[in-house]
Amino acid sequence: MSDGVPLLRRISSSRMTITFGLLALVIMLFVFVPLLKTVFGSSPSVLFETLLDAKVRSAIWLSLYTALLATVVGALFGVPLAYILARFDFPGRRVVEGLIDVPIVIPHTAAGIALLFVFGRNFFAGRAFNLLGISFVDSVAGIVIAMLFVSIPFLIDSAKEGFRSVDVRLEKVSRTLGASPWQSFFRISLPLAWRSILTGNIMMWARGISEFGAVMILAYHPMVASILVAERFETYGLDYARPVAALLIVVCLAIFIGLRTFAYRGGKA
Amino acid sequence: MIEVKDLSVDLGGFLLRDITLDVKDGEYYMILGPTGAGKTVLLESIAGLYPIRGGQIWLNGREITNLEPEKRGIGMVYQDYVLFPHLSVKENVVFGLRLRRLPRHEIEATLDWLTELLGISHLLERKPDTLSGGESQKVALARALSVKPEVLLLDEPLSALDPETREDIQHELRRVHERLGLTVIHVTHDFEEAVALGDRIAVIGEGRIMQVGTSEQVFRQPNSEFVARFAMSRNIFSGEVRDGDDECAVIEVGEVGIAVATELRGRYHASIRPEDILISPEPLKSSARNSLRGTISRVDDRGSTLLLTVSVPPEFICLVTRRSFEEMELSEGKEVYLTFKASAVHVF
Repeated sequence: MSDGVPLLRRISSSRMTITFGLLALVIMLFVFVPLLKTVFGSSPSVLFETLLDAKVRSAIWLSLYTALLATVVGALFGVPLAYILARFDFPGRRVVEGLIDVPIVIPHTAAGIALLFVFGRNFFAGRAFNLLGISFVDSVAGIVIAMLFVSIPFLIDSAKEGFRSVDVRLEKVSRTLGASPWQSFFRISLPLAWRSILTGNIMMWARGISEFGAVMILAYHPMVASILVAERFETYGLDYARPVAALLIVVCLAIFIGLRTFAYRGGKA
Repeated sequence: MIEVKDLSVDLGGFLLRDITLDVKDGEYYMILGPTGAGKTVLLESIAGLYPIRGGQIWLNGREITNLEPEKRGIGMVYQDYVLFPHLSVKENVVFGLRLRRLPRHEIEATLDWLTELLGISHLLERKPDTLSGGESQKVALARALSVKPEVLLLDEPLSALDPETREDIQHELRRVHERLGLTVIHVTHDFEEAVALGDRIAVIGEGRIMQVGTSEQVFRQPNSEFVARFAMSRNIFSGEVRDGDDECAVIEVGEVGIAVATELRGRYHASIRPEDILISPEPLKSSARNSLRGTISRVDDRGSTLLLTVSVPPEFICLVTRRSFEEMELSEGKEVYLTFKASAVHVF
């Protein structure tokens, strides 16, 4: 890290560049050091032991697949919305765009409470789903809707930007060549916006895995990894929480680095 | 043939109204108008890609006003090609054929025919972002022709190209139109392009069709100030281009031969910008190949400049500053000499 300044000097020795470089260095250290310390602070043997803990493994696994479920549901309903927001100008479009982003800006515990008021056992949607045998309180379904609610904006925003960057005349030309609106969407708009949509999906999945507040309100059990970390910290203290946190960070990093590499290479071909 | 009756379109701020066109089978129909006149929207409306407010569109006897674009049989080529960037040239060209689920051999046959027609067979495996402007426009043309449209709409197809490529593609359009007997509606803001390609020209402006006619009619008898301003103040002649006495070619316009710098031979048009013509009371000794004697038949005062109509014949329109006009003591009826370079004459 300390050779950052000489490197910058080679690129440009302007005072502004140096100042920016130093400021950037501070924030980079701020992000990287805690991550690295958590991961490398636990000895490999402790990490391995933690991995053997069935409770830890099931919590991480639960986080991964509930977030994935939330993303699949999010993509199914969110991509069409993103397309509509990108393509059509209608009264209230900006309001919709603003509302979609609300879950990002409100405290997620508040989001969880809001969800309880719709999906709780005594409320409309909760009762309707109850007839189908689905309960959202302390269940996988509850985890999924909590994650869905707080992470869907990432997918919609990214997909929307993707569709917006596709020249609408490409769709128009495809129509004159005989494509139906469906064919035009699946052969032109979707492939061209694919990278943004995929990025949105990855972001949404990541956000889902990291969700704590809303999940805690709706479904403390079964326990996802973020809740397990909190519980270990509260009950046993830092030394017991750290290996779980480290494992979670490593798993997430591995998956996201892998996915992003795949996504960007795939898009280029 | 394609008929547009009383079409009106909302352009967000102003309207295109009472647009009536009748384009005959196999006709090359030009729509000429300034930038921002709504020409692109007009084409998109005909193709079913833009919602209209009123009017009807008929294609070969059937009404298509409310038909989906994919069922109209109308092809579209945009100014900046709009090739599918994620597909190769070949995939672009056969896009419409694959949608129709035609048998492979039929698709291959059409592809061969088109690539041969437009000379793009060496580009098939390339991606659109590696093509030059001219190549892109040929691919866009091939893609539009692949589904054998009954009418081809061209939206400023030459405007994004450099002058040399423009001539090449213009030539290509003429050839394709003649060989396939295609009905074409081509919009442009370029008067010379309209004259060079159009069987008929419709001048559009102020939200409506101002005049329809052959280039000769529109140019010689403009029916309004708008058309006059658009068409006039340019010198456009048509005549036979043949070899001249020396290196230069000559275009015969009436009794007069005008030296031009071109490789073209045959019936063509020539244009000279009014500001490229020098006016003098006596013949000028200069390197310019053209020196003609004529009489000033009209003077249009435009403030700091004046437009002189000089009858040789034919009539030339020349631009002079007020200062020169006064210094040379020019006036209607006075005899003057016109001097301009062969290279200032554009043949098309």
